[in-house]
Amino acid sequence: MSPKKTGKKTAREQSVGAGDRSASPHGDGLRRVVITGAGTINALGHDVETTLAAFREGRSGITALNFRDVDRLSIQIGAQIHDWRPEDYFNRQQILLYDKFTQFTLLAAKQAVAQSGLAFHGALGLRSGVILGTAGGGLNTWDDNYRAVYEEGKNRVHPFVVPKLMNNAAASHTSMEFGLRGPSFTVATACASSNHAMGLAFQMVRSGAAQVMLTGGSEAMLCFGGVKAWEGLRVMSKDACRPFSANRNGMVQGEGAGVFVFEDYDHARARGAEILAEVVGFAMSSDAQDIVMPSAQGAERAITGALRDAGLNPDQIGYINAHGTGTAANDKTECAAVAHAFGHHADRLMISSTKSMHGHLIGGTGAVELLACIMALRDGIIAPTIGYQEPDPECALDVVPNEAREAKVDAVLSNAFAFGGLNAVIALRSI
Amino acid sequence: MTGTIKSRIKSIIAEQAMLEPDQISDDSTPEDLGIDSLGLVESIFALEEEFDISIPFNANEPDKSDFDISNMGTIIAAVQRLVAQKAA
Repeated sequence: MSPKKTGKKTAREQSVGAGDRSASPHGDGLRRVVITGAGTINALGHDVETTLAAFREGRSGITALNFRDVDRLSIQIGAQIHDWRPEDYFNRQQILLYDKFTQFTLLAAKQAVAQSGLAFHGALGLRSGVILGTAGGGLNTWDDNYRAVYEEGKNRVHPFVVPKLMNNAAASHTSMEFGLRGPSFTVATACASSNHAMGLAFQMVRSGAAQVMLTGGSEAMLCFGGVKAWEGLRVMSKDACRPFSANRNGMVQGEGAGVFVFEDYDHARARGAEILAEVVGFAMSSDAQDIVMPSAQGAERAITGALRDAGLNPDQIGYINAHGTGTAANDKTECAAVAHAFGHHADRLMISSTKSMHGHLIGGTGAVELLACIMALRDGIIAPTIGYQEPDPECALDVVPNEAREAKVDAVLSNAFAFGGLNAVIALRSI
Repeated sequence: MTGTIKSRIKSIIAEQAMLEPDQISDDSTPEDLGIDSLGLVESIFALEEEFDISIPFNANEPDKSDFDISNMGTIIAAVQRLVAQKAA
């Protein structure tokens, strides 16, 4: 199937997530895990329906940035949520306590829980939790308050600064909002945060440690300090995100959140819940090599590990939602990893980067990208890589350029490869 | 003045490469000096700070940049040009 990949034993040893399991994907008393709710807010829309419509239309959410001191930035574009009015969703006291990354999370979580139809009273609340990813946490809160004390010379800050900026604030407020009394925490692995979070939530339900997990992630890094920090690395594009295109010139930041309900399959079936997709595999790997440059071998180990964990053959994968940042380094490395992991099948599967539309949500990106995976499985529509202009021989895969495509796929992967060499890949299949 | 700029640039690059300035010649490439992509970005930052200039450089398309990083000679010429533009 994939002649160049490492032997079975080695791949298993090298990836975490592939526990001791029989060949059957659902053997050994492990629980099956399904998605019964989804929610999002991002630059493409304030809900799942609008976001998926944008995916189908190949619409970009990347626009001119608009916030304080933007004129002092050399990067002037981003996938910003321009029409965000927290007062439409939260009262004055909540707005004082919730950083924007928490606000985005709660909005997405409410949509997801509403779709699932779950209420977490009594025993279910005790057996349910929330694991979220974020890289920057309350970065706007840091930015505003540093400005107050350093630039404006103030000697007093609001008492809620710490509870507002802490990276676990969104997870904690989500637990409070729904009465989730089981395992809850936040994962920060840069651009792979959401995939790590969702993978851990999957493992928790699969192992029986929890019955329902809310999971996903959020990011709100589009403020002066957030973008200025990224400018320093000189990997940002000044004009567009063009993943896999030979003339790509960098990433474009986005913001928002994606939250999902991961539920024990038997529990979902028993209550007649609508099932969006099944989560079947997850693997993580570390490059152990460089703090910013990615490794094809590390990425490949996460991909093959996820397939093995899912009990899927490479030729069963019809679509991959790529990490696809639009940087020179990521895209060619990712394509090399996919080509190596899938062998001849790499030329038959589809791989697209939706970051071309919603931007790079850093710690929240995998969550929004999982929506494209669900759309592929449920609706048979593959989200495109927009902004694609010139073929790159180093990215010679079917990247679904510029226009969405109808195709029936039964199993998909979602890739995330973080700065620091931390890789996390999730496998879903239709049900 | 030109000589001064050149020697300042060389000492910045030398520090990044952990070499002595006289070990760096005009035809040394960043690769020759053992400067990787992150080291290059760091060097450019150091040059911007030293001369209070803004260097147009995108790590995704180093060849397309107006700032030619082929070797020390081209880097020195580009910095000298930017310093002159700033003075003008």
